[in-house]
Amino acid sequence: MNGGQTQLTPVPNVNFLPERDVGFMPILECRSLGIDFGGLTAVNDFNLAIGRMEIAGLIGPNGAGKTTVFNLLTKVYKPTRGAILLNGVDTLDKTSVQVSKMGIARTFQNIRLFVNLSVEDNVKIGLHNQIKYSEISGILRLPSYWRQEKKARDHARELLSIFDMQNLAEMKAGSLPYGAQRRLEIVRALAANPSLLLLDEPAAGMNPSETAELMDNIVKIRDTFQIAIFLIEHDMQLVMGICEGVCVVNFGNIIAKGTPNEIRNNPEVIEAYLGKGFARDFESRKH
Amino acid sequence: MKKLSRAAKTDIFTYLLATAGFLAAQCIQGAGLMSSSLKGQLVPICAYVVMAISLNLTVGILGELSLGHAGFMSIGSFSGVVAAVALEPVIPAPEIRLASAMVIGAVCAGGAGILIGVPVLRLRGDYLAIVTLAFGEIVLNLTNCLYVGTDSQGLHISMLTSAEALGLASDGRVIINGPVGASGITRLSSFTAGFILILITLFIVQNLVNSRTGRAILAVRDNRISAESVGISVTKHKMIAFVLSAVLAGAAGVLFALNMNTIVPTKFNFNTSILILVFVVLGGLGKIWGSIIAAAVLTVLPEALRGFSNYRMLAYAIVLILIMLLTNSPFIKSVLGRMRVPFNGRRNT
Ligand SMILES: Nc1ncnc2c1ncn2[C@@H]1O[C@H](COP(=O)(O)OP(=O)(O)OP(=O)(O)O)[C@@H](O)[C@H]1O
Ligand SMILES: [Mg+2]
Repeated sequence: MNGGQTQLTPVPNVNFLPERDVGFMPILECRSLGIDFGGLTAVNDFNLAIGRMEIAGLIGPNGAGKTTVFNLLTKVYKPTRGAILLNGVDTLDKTSVQVSKMGIARTFQNIRLFVNLSVEDNVKIGLHNQIKYSEISGILRLPSYWRQEKKARDHARELLSIFDMQNLAEMKAGSLPYGAQRRLEIVRALAANPSLLLLDEPAAGMNPSETAELMDNIVKIRDTFQIAIFLIEHDMQLVMGICEGVCVVNFGNIIAKGTPNEIRNNPEVIEAYLGKGFARDFESRKH
Repeated sequence: MKKLSRAAKTDIFTYLLATAGFLAAQCIQGAGLMSSSLKGQLVPICAYVVMAISLNLTVGILGELSLGHAGFMSIGSFSGVVAAVALEPVIPAPEIRLASAMVIGAVCAGGAGILIGVPVLRLRGDYLAIVTLAFGEIVLNLTNCLYVGTDSQGLHISMLTSAEALGLASDGRVIINGPVGASGITRLSSFTAGFILILITLFIVQNLVNSRTGRAILAVRDNRISAESVGISVTKHKMIAFVLSAVLAGAAGVLFALNMNTIVPTKFNFNTSILILVFVVLGGLGKIWGSIIAAAVLTVLPEALRGFSNYRMLAYAIVLILIMLLTNSPFIKSVLGRMRVPFNGRRNT
């Protein structure tokens, strides 16, 4: 993990961080990140820093390149340009598995659960690198197997209890209702013990009361696990409600960064994404 | 009392199924009710059961298609036969010699598994099917021109055109004679040994599946991208499943070969690979107990259908279809599901 330790140098226009996180190295830093798919530039000159315990939002119209940013961060795609620093360490040439071990975990826009396995097994798979016994102890069922499996089971139930899902542990993941599947994906990602959690449209398909509950839980997760959360969302109630910093992309380029308040009133963002009258509607809906 | 998980129940059921089959066969044999041709099938049935379970590990549990499983069986067979002869002076006890030959056969087959796995399992897509198909043919061709003999100098191996090329001393003995295969094999295998091998295979495969590694293998099968996203190495877990599958097939090959007088390379051709694949698919992908039943029934069946003479293949095909319908029918599944309620001691309302 060492060796790639890069000195933090000021990059123009990198960021403001929430006051709490100022003075600490950002958990994530993207420098001039970009990727082309053939002739299409999906992400370009993406600069961003996220504080250690920040809840940050990524918004923008459909096809703006938001999911692509997540895919770059988790090494599903290799960036064409630029650098990604996780906790100050360059992730160039790292694989998905390696960056996962470095502390990045994610959920997917189109849910990717292990649908044929039980809810508990889905979480235990997330715990894979936290469970430590060899293949041989597993086959021979040595004491370390029983000890660690019991620990994993308890840990899995504990994580499921965040969303009050411990009683669903035996169910097949694929048979859960949509909202519960989204929550299970978050639990599985948390099980990988991340320091940065990426959520790709966590509230998609949820009703307003589920969304409100989710917002509380996202804040609770950040507070209990003391991690940073970076989320993509189209639900502005959620973004404006819990994000401390918001980044807006359009056609692969960042068009604005700032606090929810600044974003809400930014004419360029209103033009490209939010639409005129958003601020007024937002205020009236809030009450 | 601690409640058993569903997986643990299935595992116990599978052990019981294998044991019941073994005891039933022993009783029928003891009562003198078993035809001699069926008696001759007992050890091959065990070998095919192990082959089916091990292939299920690759095809059902890992989710990769393998079309050359007989190749591993072949490597196990011939290395096992050579090992059994070579170890004769060192290990006189037949049981221990059989066990040692099995270990050697398993290791050789596992080595071949690593050789194929390292380049192929890194790729995405159905390359494994193509490469294992070729592997089966390559093994067949190589064993067809493999000559192995032993004399006071030790082992001689040649890939030339006849056994003379081995240059054996006058006290020498040819063990493997090219396309003619190995003959005059000392029979070391027994039904009991086969049963023990099945139990060991069940122990290894079922315990693996219910461990951290097994869950990772299932994760890789179900969703590669999310498996990687939680830090599970796809290639590593594909390798573990595939190589273990080859190792077990090697051991099955030794069991099979050391039950015969003569064993020819063409025994392990593409048809055999497909036959084992049929066992796995009919028994149900990922269902270990299904593989056991399918392998046993379909090995016995051709003998049992002898009375139908002309209609034998027709009857065989009908049974195939019936098994397929049975193992996959939602009706049967729901009946089984209902039957399980009193067994669990709890009712769904
Ligand atoms: N693997 C790929 N190959 C080619 N083009 C791609 C690939 N992945 C994404 N793109 C393109 O990149 C652009 C950005 O896609 P992306 O999925 O990141 O959008 P998004 O902002 O997440 O949109 P949405 O809000 O609809 O989820 C789109 O034009 C998409 O077609
Ligand atoms: Mg998207």
